[in-house]
Amino acid sequence: MSIIVSVKNLTRNFDVSKPWLNRVIERLPKRNLTAVSDVSFEVEENTVYALVGESGSGKSTIGKMIVGLLNPSSGTVEIEGVNLATETDQGKIDVVRSDIQMVFQDPYASLNPRWKVGDIIAEPAAAQGESTDGLSEKLLEQVGLSASDASKFPHEFSGGQRQRICVARALASEPKLIVCDEPTSALDVSVQAQVLNLMSDLKDEFGLTYLFISHDLTVIQHMADKIGVLYLGRLVEEAAPKDLFENPQHPYTQMLLEAAPRMDGFGREIDPPEGEIPDPINPPTGCAFHPRCPLAIANCSAERPQLEARGNGRVACFRAGDV
Amino acid sequence: MIQPVLSVRDLVVEIPTRHGLLKPVDGVSYDIAPGEILGVVGESGAGKSMTGNAVIGLLDRPARIAEGEIHLNGERIDNLSLRELRKYRGKQIGMVFQDPLTSLNPLLPIGDQLTETIQEHLNVSKSEAEGRAVAALEEVGIPAAKERIGSYPHEFSGGMRQRVVIALALCAEPSLVIADEPTTALDVSVQAQITALLKRLCRERGMAVMLVTHDMGVIAETADRVAVMYAGKLAELGPVRDVIGSPRHPYTDGLMGSTPLASKGKDRLHQIPGNMPRLGKLPSGCAFHPRCPYTQGKCKDDPGPRLKTTDGRAACWFPLDGPQAAKGVA
Repeated sequence: MSIIVSVKNLTRNFDVSKPWLNRVIERLPKRNLTAVSDVSFEVEENTVYALVGESGSGKSTIGKMIVGLLNPSSGTVEIEGVNLATETDQGKIDVVRSDIQMVFQDPYASLNPRWKVGDIIAEPAAAQGESTDGLSEKLLEQVGLSASDASKFPHEFSGGQRQRICVARALASEPKLIVCDEPTSALDVSVQAQVLNLMSDLKDEFGLTYLFISHDLTVIQHMADKIGVLYLGRLVEEAAPKDLFENPQHPYTQMLLEAAPRMDGFGREIDPPEGEIPDPINPPTGCAFHPRCPLAIANCSAERPQLEARGNGRVACFRAGDV
Repeated sequence: MIQPVLSVRDLVVEIPTRHGLLKPVDGVSYDIAPGEILGVVGESGAGKSMTGNAVIGLLDRPARIAEGEIHLNGERIDNLSLRELRKYRGKQIGMVFQDPLTSLNPLLPIGDQLTETIQEHLNVSKSEAEGRAVAALEEVGIPAAKERIGSYPHEFSGGMRQRVVIALALCAEPSLVIADEPTTALDVSVQAQITALLKRLCRERGMAVMLVTHDMGVIAETADRVAVMYAGKLAELGPVRDVIGSPRHPYTDGLMGSTPLASKGKDRLHQIPGNMPRLGKLPSGCAFHPRCPYTQGKCKDDPGPRLKTTDGRAACWFPLDGPQAAKGVA
């Protein structure tokens, strides 16, 4: 199988300093927030790679850098072997650009309320100068809506239907890779089931690859072929769902799995995890998880563990063997 | 039998509109005993928040309670004037909302907000109220409560803010707490902390808790009994083990089937066909019948048995005897 996305040492900093004048008057230094730090992974064609993590773990930032909505501070993103940030051959850029699409979390905010659904769906194809005759009607039927919906406006649809429209729009340029940023988080369970089934069907039909970003472990487990767990901008563990859920190697993964509510956990009493995600502006030294980690040793606060192969996956922890 | 803390009987909430009368809550009855957590689940628009708001008298105009009775510790509270209701709100019923940032005043230190509430409801001096505020913050697990009492809401993280909101809801020692999606805006690890906190406080103080949420997992782990709502009506009510383990109402069954679960692997999820009907266009008979795989003639005309008692289980003419959708039967 060929690699469609290859991310190497990806890092992104945001300048969160106060305005220039305040800095001068209050004698404040510049402040940097490292949202993503040294993340490397590869996505194989026609698979689902899932990024999971809590808020502030950098999962959406990675998604945006892959589609090119943000530029990396350092490191590279290669899609089909092309680095969009440095490539100079416009022909290659155009080809790769049309192979990537994105589905966002909030289907209410990601559709233009003044455009007709048909125009919204056809826009990616129109932007590439392709013919759009009957395209939106065909796509609407493929995502389970009717062709006559093309002349309606987004407000006439429910949340689940809108997310179907977003998926139809993503399919318009016949992409190979779709980055889905929390595609079902705003939806009810029964509607979520419909959208997830639709996405699985489309994947098989068109041979799509998904980069699936979510905080919901059960959804991830259902969809993913490979999972990357992020904590404070770093990849701490990567494994296939079976290995990850049955035998988590990183204490953070273990904590997440333990804390996630279970349908069969009637009256389950757990010791809730300690603490919260630290401030990304002043992250802890060494392993960012060490202040919350029950297994932390002296070395954890001094040195940062590297992501290393272990078993069938990769894990960044000094004590992975003892988890 | 112990007297229930909250007893709701045949509650109907109406909203008159230009297009006719809407009933976001239609004939809902349930009790909550002291020390019990009742989970209320349903999808958006099912009327679960509306039920909670009706109990605490926070219905926005033009919504109003049209029928039914609400009793708190044996006293009727649904027909009180705004003035009388103020004595109950905060004092006997505490409320925790979904978004902790918007339910705190951003311009006041949290200590002031707590002491204000305590002095309003309990007859204590300012200094004693401050002492109680610190104690309340300590109880919900805020470290260094004494120093943080002068902090403003924006200085806390989301999880800590929700703890402050819970402290605020509990500081006047209410007998009932309504928690409306208290963990929806929070991360998984913080969610586990907040649900553990709610469970502990409920057990220690013998409070009754009404936990409104859409997350079945949270309900399974936290609630003692669960009420499933669909289109303003109770679809099913019963002990959490029974309702989640062996649903009787086809809607509950479909809901369970569509939740991704570890045990189901990567098979297709069960889909409930169609969408939740709009309140203005409710189908005749049982509101679920157009989406129900077991619909028979009777379902189209007769709205189904209304759940009368606390142990009524399913409001369905043809209740199931165990999970069907999860097995892929439906």
